[in-house]
Amino acid sequence: MIRTSIKISSQKLDVKECYSFVEDDACGGITAFIGTVRNDTQGKEVLQLDFSTYKPMAIKEMQKIADKALEKFDIKKIAIHHAEGMLQIGDIPVIITVSAKHRKAAFLACEFAIDTLKETVPIWKKEYFSDGEVWVNAHP
Amino acid sequence: MNIKVLFFGITTDLTGEQEVVLQVNEELSINDFKSILKEKYSNLEHLDTYALAVNEAYVSYDIFLKPNDVVAIIPPVSGG
Repeated sequence: MIRTSIKISSQKLDVKECYSFVEDDACGGITAFIGTVRNDTQGKEVLQLDFSTYKPMAIKEMQKIADKALEKFDIKKIAIHHAEGMLQIGDIPVIITVSAKHRKAAFLACEFAIDTLKETVPIWKKEYFSDGEVWVNAHP
Repeated sequence: MNIKVLFFGITTDLTGEQEVVLQVNEELSINDFKSILKEKYSNLEHLDTYALAVNEAYVSYDIFLKPNDVVAIIPPVSGG
């Protein structure tokens, strides 16, 4: 049984696809984290975001996160999908879904996956403002 | 030997490069390679920190590069 679904796409991400992938009769619940593009950063209006990736390595790192989540938590399946390219306000850059027998493990695994993704997966976003653009997080 | 270097995120702006092939001495350690990068692309010093990946995996300790290795410069990531 395939228990992980990893994807980086320049097409619109599909919440239903991530949901369907983790659906399982043995599970009592599914958790989802859906990232959305916010319209401001520290009070400044954001117009759009551009996501660039080191795709082959990003896929490997996302797979590592999914494998680690399966090892660490009592979950059944996990999907991690990320978008690349230009996104508008309200668009979805990332979807993570997790199914588990019991809800606690599903919540924990979902949080672990998004937290780790933000630390390790080689993806970068550039924010576009009316007066310029900035690489996010470049100077932590 | 030849080493392919990939730049991402802010480092593409700082160096003006996306991909280059550098000719370097055999038996070069990743730390020595970092020094070469610093010399060649002095603008990288504007970046507080960056990671390196060799052949699509992070390197966390000093290793020796092999011919045709692909080194990626990974500035702080911001996915999600």
